Amino acid sequence: MNGGPTASQRFFLGILPENPVYRQMLGMCSTLAVTNNIQAAVTMAAAVLFVLVCANLIISLIRHWLTPYLRIVIFTLTIATFVTVADRALAAFVYPMSKMLGPYIPLIIVNCIIICRCEVCAAKQGPITAVADAAGQSLGFGLALVSLAAVRELLGSGMWFGSRVLPEAWPDWVIMVLPPGAFLTFGLLMGLVNWFTARRAGKEGA
Amino acid sequence: MTDDTLQIQPAPQPSGPVTDVAPSPHLADSGQTTRAMMVDVLVALIPVVCSALYFFRWHAVRQMAICLAVCLAAEAVFSAMRGRRPPLADGSAAVTGIILALSLPATAPWYAAAIGSLVAIGIGKSIFGGLGMNLFNPAMVGRAFVMISFAGALGAAGYQDPQSQIDIMTRATPLTAFQQSGVVASLADLFRGSTNGSLGETSALACLIGGLYLCLRRTAAWRIPASMLAAATVIALLDTGLSPHGWTVLHHLFGGALLFGAFFIATDPVSSPLTHRGQMIFGAGIGAWVMLIRIFSGYPEGVMFAVLLMNGFTPLINRWTIPTPFGGRLNR
Repeated sequence: MNGGPTASQRFFLGILPENPVYRQMLGMCSTLAVTNNIQAAVTMAAAVLFVLVCANLIISLIRHWLTPYLRIVIFTLTIATFVTVADRALAAFVYPMSKMLGPYIPLIIVNCIIICRCEVCAAKQGPITAVADAAGQSLGFGLALVSLAAVRELLGSGMWFGSRVLPEAWPDWVIMVLPPGAFLTFGLLMGLVNWFTARRAGKEGA
Repeated sequence: MTDDTLQIQPAPQPSGPVTDVAPSPHLADSGQTTRAMMVDVLVALIPVVCSALYFFRWHAVRQMAICLAVCLAAEAVFSAMRGRRPPLADGSAAVTGIILALSLPATAPWYAAAIGSLVAIGIGKSIFGGLGMNLFNPAMVGRAFVMISFAGALGAAGYQDPQSQIDIMTRATPLTAFQQSGVVASLADLFRGSTNGSLGETSALACLIGGLYLCLRRTAAWRIPASMLAAATVIALLDTGLSPHGWTVLHHLFGGALLFGAFFIATDPVSSPLTHRGQMIFGAGIGAWVMLIRIFSGYPEGVMFAVLLMNGFTPLINRWTIPTPFGGRLNR
């Protein structure tokens, strides 16, 4: 099966032009839920990176044996395997973080980003392209998560990575670490990304 | 790409009547401009502002100055960012600022007022496309944002300042005092306004004077406050009938922000329904939510959340209550 973007194209597409969060609006549940501090966001992004790379690799290797009516089941089983590995590993080595992320690590199983990449890329292209695609998409996901978390943690608790950045006098905007803050920040950042994209497109078109 | 499609279409011919498309408030009376309405609201707010100044002195001055200045500045900046001429002259930003200031406690720190104003104009209004496009009441969006953000400074306990020179500010608000320790405030105090509370809500008398003026001028749709107070009265009657506890129906009506909310917040023409039946449903909904929050929730007062909740229902209510034209029938 030929055609489709090359490995390097896949990698860079995932980071910004086809960013899973800001462009495709996939994986919103975990995006909104785990971004009230940067550490949680980074852990989540790392877990997704691991799961996505492994799942894409496996799916890409077995792509010739996939039958159309069984492919979703195979995707889900593959993803679930690696999610379980990631979940248990986090619980074993960074227990407090695993507790803080709660159900959102197991919920990676139903994260649309991963099943989307399996369907769009890994089931159709070779293992190198699939891994590059997985890395690009995960980096894009991580970028979005960290950008959201940076704004929310700074305004909501005056901290970055759990250490004080803003002066003590800073009144914490508690709403920013609560769910409404996630929606507000996401909307505003999405507007910003769209604005920049439109401006760049306008400049290139002119 | 867009150039091609534009060239296919014929040039617009300025012949015949042109349909004006404008954001709400949709006013049949062309003599009534946005500016005139906003001036009316500001006039109606005079008694409320006076009572706030009388009871809270410089705390009221400070709060209103901060909110007014930040709201006007935010309106100017955000309009400029959107490439519009700042519509400061229509007075809507000033109204938002004053109402927000009057809905804050006298003790509110300066940053709460400033951030509230910024959020009210920015997230409450400009982001939706400016005046007439917003889904929610801008002043209440700003207030909700700071209320949740700075719950310690602005929550029920934040209203009290034991060190204050002003006597009423050292006491708990009537609703809080009743909810926590069953203390029933005197009706005369609630009516006059000599109790602690948000700056504009304490005096039932001032709210009634300003509100009646608004309704008589038809700037506010009278159906909204009428149905809101009616619904609140019914639930208050049920509540006091089932468990008599000294906090009477009149206490429910005069206490808290019910009257201020009914006349000045719920009647915002942009975020309330257009049809008469819709306005009745909207008002009744707010009244019911206020009473449910007061009686059953941990919050002593619920006007802000009630208004925001029903604002969310406004498009649906508008769709439900499209009037059937005479002789016509709605197609389903």
